[in-house]
Amino acid sequence: MVLVFSDDKKLTLEMLSKGSELAKELGKKLTAVVIGKNDDALAKEYIAHGADKVFVAETDIESFKAEEYTELLESIIKETGAETVLIGSNKNGKELAPRLASRLNTGCVTDCTNLYFKDKKLTTERIVYSGNAIAVEQFNSKPQIATIPSKVFDPLPKDDKHTGDVVKKKFDVEKSASKILKIQEMKSEGVNVEDAEIIVSCGRGFKNKDDIKLVDDLAEILKGRTVGCSRPIAADLKWLAEEHWIGLSGHKVKPKLYIAAGISGQIQHIAGMRDSGVIVAINKDPEALIFKSADYGIVGDLYEILPKLTNAVKEKMG
Amino acid sequence: MNIIVCAKQVVDVSEMKVDSSTKKPILQGVPQKISDIDKNAMEEAIKIKDKHGGKITVLTVGPADAKERIKELLAMGADEGILIPYPDKYDYHVVSTLLTEAIKKIGEYDIILCGEASIDLFSGQIGPRLAGLLGIPQITYAQSVNAEKDKITADRNMGDKSVTTESTYPVLITVTKEINEPRLPSLMQILGAANKPINDWTVESLADGLNPKIDAVELNGIPMERKNIIYKDNVDESVKNLVDSLAKEGVLR
Ligand SMILES: Cc1cc2nc3c(=O)[nH]c(=O)nc-3n(C[C@H](O)[C@H](O)[C@H](O)COP(=O)(O)OP(=O)(O)OC[C@H]3O[C@@H](n4cnc5c(N)ncnc54)[C@H](O)[C@@H]3O)c2cc1C
Repeated sequence: MVLVFSDDKKLTLEMLSKGSELAKELGKKLTAVVIGKNDDALAKEYIAHGADKVFVAETDIESFKAEEYTELLESIIKETGAETVLIGSNKNGKELAPRLASRLNTGCVTDCTNLYFKDKKLTTERIVYSGNAIAVEQFNSKPQIATIPSKVFDPLPKDDKHTGDVVKKKFDVEKSASKILKIQEMKSEGVNVEDAEIIVSCGRGFKNKDDIKLVDDLAEILKGRTVGCSRPIAADLKWLAEEHWIGLSGHKVKPKLYIAAGISGQIQHIAGMRDSGVIVAINKDPEALIFKSADYGIVGDLYEILPKLTNAVKEKMG
Repeated sequence: MNIIVCAKQVVDVSEMKVDSSTKKPILQGVPQKISDIDKNAMEEAIKIKDKHGGKITVLTVGPADAKERIKELLAMGADEGILIPYPDKYDYHVVSTLLTEAIKKIGEYDIILCGEASIDLFSGQIGPRLAGLLGIPQITYAQSVNAEKDKITADRNMGDKSVTTESTYPVLITVTKEINEPRLPSLMQILGAANKPINDWTVESLADGLNPKIDAVELNGIPMERKNIIYKDNVDESVKNLVDSLAKEGVLR
């Protein structure tokens, strides 16, 4: 059996798509796991998107804790005999999957960008060395656990004729010695760089926080209106919130157009934007690494170039 | 307070080159270093020790030359290092089992600190696996911690939210790069580190019959083919050329 779990609905739907492909190839059933309260509408939706079964683990756990979710999934895997387990690679999933793998004494591959059978073995691909390479790996034992980031697979179209069972079971979980004291939503302006079609990004080439207006202005006239940034702007200077941060430890983006101004182009930044359509770089250093990853570039002072570029784009677009 | 810091020697990814014909990354001859975020874990361990006293042990599974890297952590403030060689074949299951057995052999510990992930492969498996094998709580992605006598609290960076978690000891904590700025040891500390012990522990003394659950098949390059059209002369002309090109690409709509 192929089992899919994430606390993120969208990600679960994406994984169900890949999961049903794998299940078909194995001649096995596909099960989606829901943890917490039963939710008929959610179960229906999972079934309409490919699940043959929805396993609802009813518990009184209020918030996610890796220790407790691990115990739950361990029981569910043992009970269902699942051999292939896909877990959504959000922050919760990424700390859950390896702990679960350790409890089951088994293998786990995180952040898979592809998943298929080769020589009858489940084979995974993931990006390593900060975007320098793809590692191809194979499981040699079961259960096999893979985590899948969002937007790697497209959900199946909704099929209301697809049928499936909903199974409910109560679980008592041993409480972890850790305690959640506070959950604080981060200040958000509702920026979503991951869905943006056009992104204009700033880096340490900007001297003051107020100068970010220069990228704002350009982004404003380009469809998308999204501003991104390198790590130091969000993490060290805190001029922009984390939702703008692009790179290995920030968001991974693939807009049609990515403009990087005053960004040197270190590999950890490239790791977040390398799949962009057209990449443009503006940097005063002709040797800057960013030009190697760019389709177009202008060597020069961003303080001179950005206002001119904004005007020229405005004119061109009418 | 007994603190164990797990640190990995990694290739410096910013120094990696790609073979121009095969497009595969060249792994030989790349400078090695302690994974950046493991140094943040080390720094946090020192801060906790400064407050509560105790001992910091650095634990590494790595090649023989990792000893030089462990010395850097001893210079920063660790008391002792332990190096376990890589077995012929290994994956996260194998490495985390070896680390767990080593931790059990060390015996007494209150806090295990790791980086949230190593900067070469960025899997983030070791921390949660160790906590799972040891059956202790895990606090991952910590961006600040406050260690008290019999409990520890941490603010965890969960992207769109910050979660404050508390735990008793023993506990495993993984830290983010933002948690602190790792110190640079002084010359005195570097010289002093030469007298601190680094013990070699064999694989056989910790576990036998260990086999990976994952087999590496191949490592492929990711071709980054870009046009690399760079305008560098007159700014006005450069801007005009760029806008014309972008219009042709169809991205100005
Ligand atoms: C584990 C790890 C994870 C990381 N994750 C990320 C990540 O997710 N995202 C990320 O971005 N980084 C990340 N980094 C950091 C990364 O290595 C770089 O340090 C960072 O990207 C540099 O940011 P920057 O380009 O803005 O600054 P700098 O490297 O300082 O570059 C500034 C650039 O601006 C140019 N410049 C200066 N003035 C002007 C001017 N007037 N006009 C035009 N150009 C000008 C300079 O020539 C220079 O190229 C990570 C690092 C590590 C170790």
